[in-house]
Amino acid sequence: MKDIFRLFTEYLGQYFKSRLAYRANFLSELVSNLVFEVINLVFILVVFQHVSTMKDWTRDEIIFIYGFFLVPYAVFSMFFSFWDFNEKYIIRGEMDRILTRPINNLAQVCLESIAPDRIFGVITGLIIMGYAAFQLKLTFAWYDVLLFILLVISSSLIYAGVYTGIAAVSFFSDSRTGIAPMIWNIQNYGRYPVDVYNKVIRILLTWILPFAFVGVYPAAYFLRKEVYYGYAMLTPVMGIVFFCIGLLVWKLGVRKYSGAGS
Amino acid sequence: MGKLYLELIRIRFLTMLAYRVNYYSGIIIYNINIGAYYFLWGAIYGGQKNLAGMTVEQMTAYVAIAWMSRAFYFNNIDQEIAQEVRDGKVAIEMIRPYNYLTVKAAQALGEGIFRFLVFALPGMILVSFFLPFSFPSTWGAWGNYLTSLLLAFVINTEINLLTGVLTFFLFRNEGIMFAKRVVVDLLSGLILPISFFPIWAQAIMNYLPFQAINYYPSMIFAGAVGPEKAGEVILLQIIWVVILLLPISLLWRLARRKMIVQGG
Repeated sequence: MKDIFRLFTEYLGQYFKSRLAYRANFLSELVSNLVFEVINLVFILVVFQHVSTMKDWTRDEIIFIYGFFLVPYAVFSMFFSFWDFNEKYIIRGEMDRILTRPINNLAQVCLESIAPDRIFGVITGLIIMGYAAFQLKLTFAWYDVLLFILLVISSSLIYAGVYTGIAAVSFFSDSRTGIAPMIWNIQNYGRYPVDVYNKVIRILLTWILPFAFVGVYPAAYFLRKEVYYGYAMLTPVMGIVFFCIGLLVWKLGVRKYSGAGS
Repeated sequence: MGKLYLELIRIRFLTMLAYRVNYYSGIIIYNINIGAYYFLWGAIYGGQKNLAGMTVEQMTAYVAIAWMSRAFYFNNIDQEIAQEVRDGKVAIEMIRPYNYLTVKAAQALGEGIFRFLVFALPGMILVSFFLPFSFPSTWGAWGNYLTSLLLAFVINTEINLLTGVLTFFLFRNEGIMFAKRVVVDLLSGLILPISFFPIWAQAIMNYLPFQAINYYPSMIFAGAVGPEKAGEVILLQIIWVVILLLPISLLWRLARRKMIVQGG
């Protein structure tokens, strides 16, 4: 564990060196992440120009959920940015190299693809939440901060578990599967209240690909929606369960991995 | 020469065909997107019959059509160009007896045809069982839609070529390419029909090429732009096709002179 932390700081240094070599791109990537986050907000703002509520949820509540949704995603994507895992490690055979490294192989893959710039999403999310909380006149107790941190970590673990599991599918199938973009699409529906969807999608977003736990459920706690308190409190459990499932699939995958040739 | 590009379109189509798992995930993505937006819009409409001049049925049909159109015009050739510039492959491409940018456009077309036939059409037929939704009834309307869609593809490809060629000057431009993608999705009318935007935003968008990428063909398909107005819309698209050629040819000329192969 200590080794991983030391390596993390090393990789962090390398990351900034390589990124700052192309300063303009580094900046434009930060800006474009911001553009992406804002564009989803535009959807909400434009829609609520025409209606006042969406299934009993007001504009500011939806904005708050969206703000919350950005935070765990930012934390997750800083540490688990291996979107091209299949291409880079399986098809091009880089996984062979990973297996010869002394630290845990998943940690090694994560370290090689860290994206610290993603952490800015936390700030964007907090600003959006702050704005919505102000509009809604929400009040928070001191322990809400701790709960917030706990919920964010739990939600990040859900992402980590799901995407680690999906990356590990590449160990079983050598070809490109296109599953990750599909899951990414689904994850975006977790930022709207689940009661807008029908039963099938609700069950999918709660139990199978639990993306409701990275947005609406934990955010509902801070919005004081008591109906969802049970789900909000379940978030840490879901986080741990799904992270363990992800690790398990990864382990099985590594055991099955046989190299892709050259 | 034309035969060469036809062959490139065919090869790309066949390459896409090779990744079999992609079919299923593609069709599923398509349906998930439409399904989720269907419920989302249902919740947004709530009890209301009409928002910004569209009923909830028209809206769901619009979403389905917009995603079908996107399947055809969407491509990642800017990222391919960026990759080839970075790998140094572009040096070889440039001494080959064809126009590199036209090659990229031809490959994009092969990909577009593949996605349209394999993802969008089956997805659309599947969706039409669940959603109140009708295909254009006359050959003329189909002709207008397909013409408009083809022009939409050309416009989107031109924008991609532009952002791709920028790699020659910026060396790395993932940021710009990503921003372009989300901006195109928003301003083309994929996420929201243009008529939903505030009037001042619509006024600005009239001076931008983006709504020609999705909003125009989708409105023709939905019948919201009738045959008498379709000609006008198509003409607007043609104007954009021509206007966008200018910066591309300019940048391309500069790029060839300025090229630095990184690594290789």
